[in-house]
Amino acid sequence: MGQAAAPIYHQQPVTLAERPDFHVIGEIVEPGSRVLDLGCGEGELLAWLVENKRVLARGVEISPAQVRRAIARGVSVYQGDIDEGLADYPDKAFDYVILSQTLQETRSPLQVLREMLRVGRRAIISFPNFGHWNVRFAMLLNGQAPKTKLFPYNWYNSPNIHFLSINDFEDLCREHGFPIERRYFLAGARRVKAFPNLIAQTAVFLLG
Amino acid sequence: MIVEPQCARFDSIALEGGATLSPVEVAYETYGHLNSDRSNAILIAHAFTGDAHAAGISHEAGKPGWWDNMIGPGKAFDTDRYFVICSNVLGGCQGTTGPGSINPATGRPYALSFPVITIRDMVRLQKMLIDSLGIHKLLCVSGGSMGGMQSLEWAVSYPDVVRCVIPIATTWRHSAQQIAFNEVGRQAIMADPDWSEGEYYDKKPPARGLSVARMVGHITYMSDESMREKFGRKLRQKEKLGFDFSVDFEVESYLRYRGNQFVGRFDANSYLYITKAEDYFDLTNGTGRLNDAFRTVDTRFLVISFTSDWLYPSYQSQEIVRVLRRINGDVAYCDLQSNYGHDAFLVDIAEQSEIVRGFLDSTARLAQAA
Repeated sequence: MGQAAAPIYHQQPVTLAERPDFHVIGEIVEPGSRVLDLGCGEGELLAWLVENKRVLARGVEISPAQVRRAIARGVSVYQGDIDEGLADYPDKAFDYVILSQTLQETRSPLQVLREMLRVGRRAIISFPNFGHWNVRFAMLLNGQAPKTKLFPYNWYNSPNIHFLSINDFEDLCREHGFPIERRYFLAGARRVKAFPNLIAQTAVFLLG
Repeated sequence: MIVEPQCARFDSIALEGGATLSPVEVAYETYGHLNSDRSNAILIAHAFTGDAHAAGISHEAGKPGWWDNMIGPGKAFDTDRYFVICSNVLGGCQGTTGPGSINPATGRPYALSFPVITIRDMVRLQKMLIDSLGIHKLLCVSGGSMGGMQSLEWAVSYPDVVRCVIPIATTWRHSAQQIAFNEVGRQAIMADPDWSEGEYYDKKPPARGLSVARMVGHITYMSDESMREKFGRKLRQKEKLGFDFSVDFEVESYLRYRGNQFVGRFDANSYLYITKAEDYFDLTNGTGRLNDAFRTVDTRFLVISFTSDWLYPSYQSQEIVRVLRRINGDVAYCDLQSNYGHDAFLVDIAEQSEIVRGFLDSTARLAQAA
C-alpha cells in the first residue's frame, strides 16, 4: 500500500549501553537545552536526555515502526526524511542538532551538515570510522567490500551509502569551514588519543 | 462497563454565523473518575455520524460504544487513569440540540430554520460543557475525522485549556474532494421527494436519499484493497449473474444494508448541517496561513494518519506537522500502515493504541512536573 516494508537492518533495537557514542553525547549536551535528534531510531537517546538532562527533545525518524516505539516511549518524534525534513525549521531553533551514526546513511551528507548548523547552534555528529584497521585489513585481505563488526552488512543491503574515515570528516570540515569545537574518538567504550583514524571505531564531533 | 447518557442544558449559545440558539442541550457520557485536582480529563470528539456513546455498554440498548476498543480500563484511553468525556455534537440527532429538536418559539422541529453551525460552534459548546463540569484544563482532546477537526479547533480556540491534542485521520481544512463527496450526499437527500424542504418530521423521512448518501459515504471510508478483500466479486446468495437489477454482488448488498440501517438512526437534516460544518472547516478562516493559526499554541500534538486513507490523505496531516515544526511546536507524527482506508482509526487500532498510550502517559508526566 505505497509503504515500503521496514528495511531489514532496522530490526534490532539498540540499547543505550551498547552505544558508547551516546555516553559522549550525554556528556556534551547541557541541561535544559533544546535538542533535535536526526534519525533518532526508537528515541532511546532522547528519552535518556529528557530523563537526565531535562532537555526539550524532538526527533526525526524514517522507519514507521521505530517512530511508533519512540512515540510510545513519550518522545516527540515525527516520521520523515532528514534529507528533506530540516528545511521547515527556523534558524537556530535548537541548541544541539544530533546526527548519531546516520551521516553515512544520508543521500546528501554535505547538505545535511549545512542544515544542521543552520537550525542548530551546535551540531553533534557521530559516525563509524571507515579508516579503522579492521576495515582496512578486511579490504586488503579479501578484496571485497569490507564486512566487519562495525560495518556488518552486505554491500547490497547496507544502509550505509557513504563511507568516511575520521580524516575524511576532518578534511570536509576544513574545506567547508565547519568549526570543530571538540572531537572524541572511541574504541568500544574506551577513549582513544593516539592514531584515531587507525584505532577508533567511532568518532564524535561537536561542531559550532 | 454499563454507561448511562447524561444531559447538560444551557440558556443559549452565540454561533459563528451570527445567530443565537436558545436553549441548547448537550448529550454526553463519561467514563472513569475525575481526580481530586481535576487534571485527568480527556475529551473525545466523535466523527460525522458518531454520538456520545463512545465506550462501554449502553444501559438502554446494550450496545458497545463506537470507540470501545480505544477507551476503557487498560485501553489506550485508560479509564482506570483518566476521566473520559464524549458529547454529541451541536447539530446532531442523538441527544444534542439539532435541526430535529423542537424550536421553543414555534413548538415544532427547527428543520431548515436551524442556524448553520460550524466546527468552532461545536467546540464552543463542548467548552461550555467542560466548564459546567468544573474542569479548567483538559489533559487531551482527541478524535478521528471530524473529531480530529474538533481537536485542532480546540488547540487554536482554547490553547490554554488543553495540554495535548491527538487529531487522527483529519485535515486542517476541507479539500475540494471532501466537499464534493459531501455535496453528493446532500444532493441525494434533497433530491428525495420525501425530504419536503426539510419539513418531514411528522411524515415519512427521506429514507431513499439518506440511504444513498450513506452508501457513498461508506465507499469513501474504505479502500480499494479493503473492499477487494472483504467482497471481491463475490455474488450475494446466487451461483451466477442475475441479468437484472436485483442485488448481484456482496458489495451491493453490504452498501444497501448499511444505507438502510443508517436511516433508522440518523436524521437527514442533521446530515445536511453537519456536512456543511465540515465543508466550512478551515482553521485559517480562509487566509491559508496555518502558521498564524498556531502561533499562540503551546499544546503538544500527536498527529496520526493512515497510509490507505484516501478521503483524508496523509499529506493533509503532514501539512499540519510541517507548520508546527516551522514554529518549533511540540509535535509527534506517525503515518500508520493500514489497508482499511479512512475507517482505520476505528478498526485498525493496535498500533494506534500503542502510540496514544505512550503519548498520553508522557503528557500526564510533563503536566505533573510542571
